[in-house]
Amino acid sequence: MFLTDVYGKQEVLAAGIVPRDLVLRNPGYRPEMAGFRAPHDVWVHIAGIDVIRVDDHDFYVLEDNARTPSGVSYMLENREAMLRLFPDLFVDHRVAPVDDYPDRLLTSLRSVAPHSAPSEPTVAVLTPGQYNSAYYEHSFLADKLGVELVEGSDLFVRDNVVYMRTTTGPKRVDVIYRRIDDEFLDPLAFRPDSVLGVPGLLSAYQAGNVTLANAVGTGVSDDKAIYTYMPEIIRFYTGEEPILKNVPTWRCREDEALAYVLDHLPELVVKEVNGSGGYGMLVGPHASKTAISEFRTKLKHDPSNFIAQPTLSLSTCPVAVDSGVAPRHVDLRPFVLSGADGMVSLTPGGLTRVAMKEGSLVVNSSQGGGTKDTWVIDDA
Amino acid sequence: MLARTADNLYWFARYVERADHVARIIEATSRLAALPRAYGGATSEWESALISSGVLERFNETDREINEANAIEFLVVDTDNPSSIHRCMEAARRNARAVRTALTIETWEAVNAAWLELLRYERERAKGRALDRDDLGRFLALVKKMALDVDGSAYRMMLRNEAFYFMRLGHFVERADNTARLLDVKYHVLLPDSEAVGGSLDYFQWSAILRAVSANTAYHWVYRESVKPWLVADLLILRAEMPRSLTACYENIVRWLDLLARDYGRQGRAQRHAHTMLAKLQATDLKSIFQSGLHEFIEGFIADNDRLDIVMAEQYLVH
Repeated sequence: MFLTDVYGKQEVLAAGIVPRDLVLRNPGYRPEMAGFRAPHDVWVHIAGIDVIRVDDHDFYVLEDNARTPSGVSYMLENREAMLRLFPDLFVDHRVAPVDDYPDRLLTSLRSVAPHSAPSEPTVAVLTPGQYNSAYYEHSFLADKLGVELVEGSDLFVRDNVVYMRTTTGPKRVDVIYRRIDDEFLDPLAFRPDSVLGVPGLLSAYQAGNVTLANAVGTGVSDDKAIYTYMPEIIRFYTGEEPILKNVPTWRCREDEALAYVLDHLPELVVKEVNGSGGYGMLVGPHASKTAISEFRTKLKHDPSNFIAQPTLSLSTCPVAVDSGVAPRHVDLRPFVLSGADGMVSLTPGGLTRVAMKEGSLVVNSSQGGGTKDTWVIDDA
Repeated sequence: MLARTADNLYWFARYVERADHVARIIEATSRLAALPRAYGGATSEWESALISSGVLERFNETDREINEANAIEFLVVDTDNPSSIHRCMEAARRNARAVRTALTIETWEAVNAAWLELLRYERERAKGRALDRDDLGRFLALVKKMALDVDGSAYRMMLRNEAFYFMRLGHFVERADNTARLLDVKYHVLLPDSEAVGGSLDYFQWSAILRAVSANTAYHWVYRESVKPWLVADLLILRAEMPRSLTACYENIVRWLDLLARDYGRQGRAQRHAHTMLAKLQATDLKSIFQSGLHEFIEGFIADNDRLDIVMAEQYLVH
């Protein structure tokens, strides 16, 4: 809804809910998409929402991931490994299965095929290739979906229609589950030096002849600066209170907040608004004095590029370490699929990420985080 | 070749295939039975497992309760069950020994090693160690590996002569029977009208069928859509590219029987019967199978497949 509006009538900006410049000058905002209607009005086909728990009953949304959230293969493979290693646990507890995720994903992707597509749409997974750190996940998903895993060079665009090169000649592709960032999708429209993309892909997309999942330009909705406005955005569109709370956040672009943050740096977590993977952030209580003072300079130099949050005590779960079993901090990323006609599906499970270092709050796998199988118990 | 030798080779292959099938049924059932009720999990799954292994009647004669432990024991180690993995492997090894020189060393070792492992496993149990699910999982994996090793070593190394043909025939006659029985147990969830809108209760039943025959990924590559019950039936009955489908089994049976007929210079009832069955499978489609009844179709197929076993025995194996 937010994305349809932002790239459409911009009512949310007119109403002053979100500052205009924060959206329109956001690096995740794609001016090329202004006036575009995503096929079936679905922008975020696959969302991964990072959720944390800080005490017995309070869950918070830590972060939205609306670009190309990864990790779902861990959800599936962790379960397979657990089923093999601990068969007794699964007999003693009724655990909701997750292995229909690929089928749900396929159904969802087929449902958003463009109207011009044949009745049996062709789906493909677009990967940057085997040197990408998530390549295993790309190939795993393509295999489970039963669709081709394509690289940019396997595709070409003719008359605004996308084809893949096959042994029997060109074959039309209707839905692309792309695991390539916006900037690399199409060298004609975005970064001209991209060798991963497909020339002409964006115009085929805008002509309505192919669906990209997720849509182009969704980055504007999961940006950490926009995040702070999410409760207001939800109230604006639905007239309802958000069910999951946001973590209280100081927007450093606001003078008062900046002053507070600068005064309390050692207690806070400060993040770059466009950072991901746990980079470009300061965890105050764990940072050295030099790191804090370096960050202070960065913050003063460009305050609107940062947000700050209290250091939350993330919930823990037991982890096997050399000396036995010890608590480690975790967060949870459930995966939400959105298809045509309001089809929304949530798999009963998700990616639980673990900070492997004692006391650490950084769970990102690129920084040595681990993962755990996640159960939804259904004993009824 | 001696009729007895041909008979040993044929039954050797049948028992290896059956052991593999029983192992797969146990794995798929364990997984299904452990699901929450809302996803179709139920202990009645073990009854289905006994039916699809063709041994429910015999199990009921033992007056034991149908539950996980009893069903697994009956299917794996019980010597009163002629289709238990124990009995299958014993029979496979006995048949292999009788024709030891007709097999490659690797084929023999695959069977013998698995048999020794079975004995070790049973000795551990006899010492009073409870049947542990970890051990069971490892053992079932070993049974499946034995079937792969037997198949692979025969395929890569055996001369393509009558010995090979009889082994292939045993393999595919047994496989056709196994696939048909698996479908028959679950036919009620495969009918087109069983499709519920949205997340169907039966979804995990369908995918368990596919899992039992390692066809989850194959399914998606063939149909490129989410699991639909009638397509599961289509895949396992009619699709020639699916190596466990009834059609694929009969394409193979016809091929090996034709090669036998060519080498022996004579066609017989077995060839005619097999050709008729393949022609029937090729002439039908899913719609007409559903119209005349999936259950009836499968029952008819199982009877016809048994009939092939009999005419083949009469023609080649017992004189």
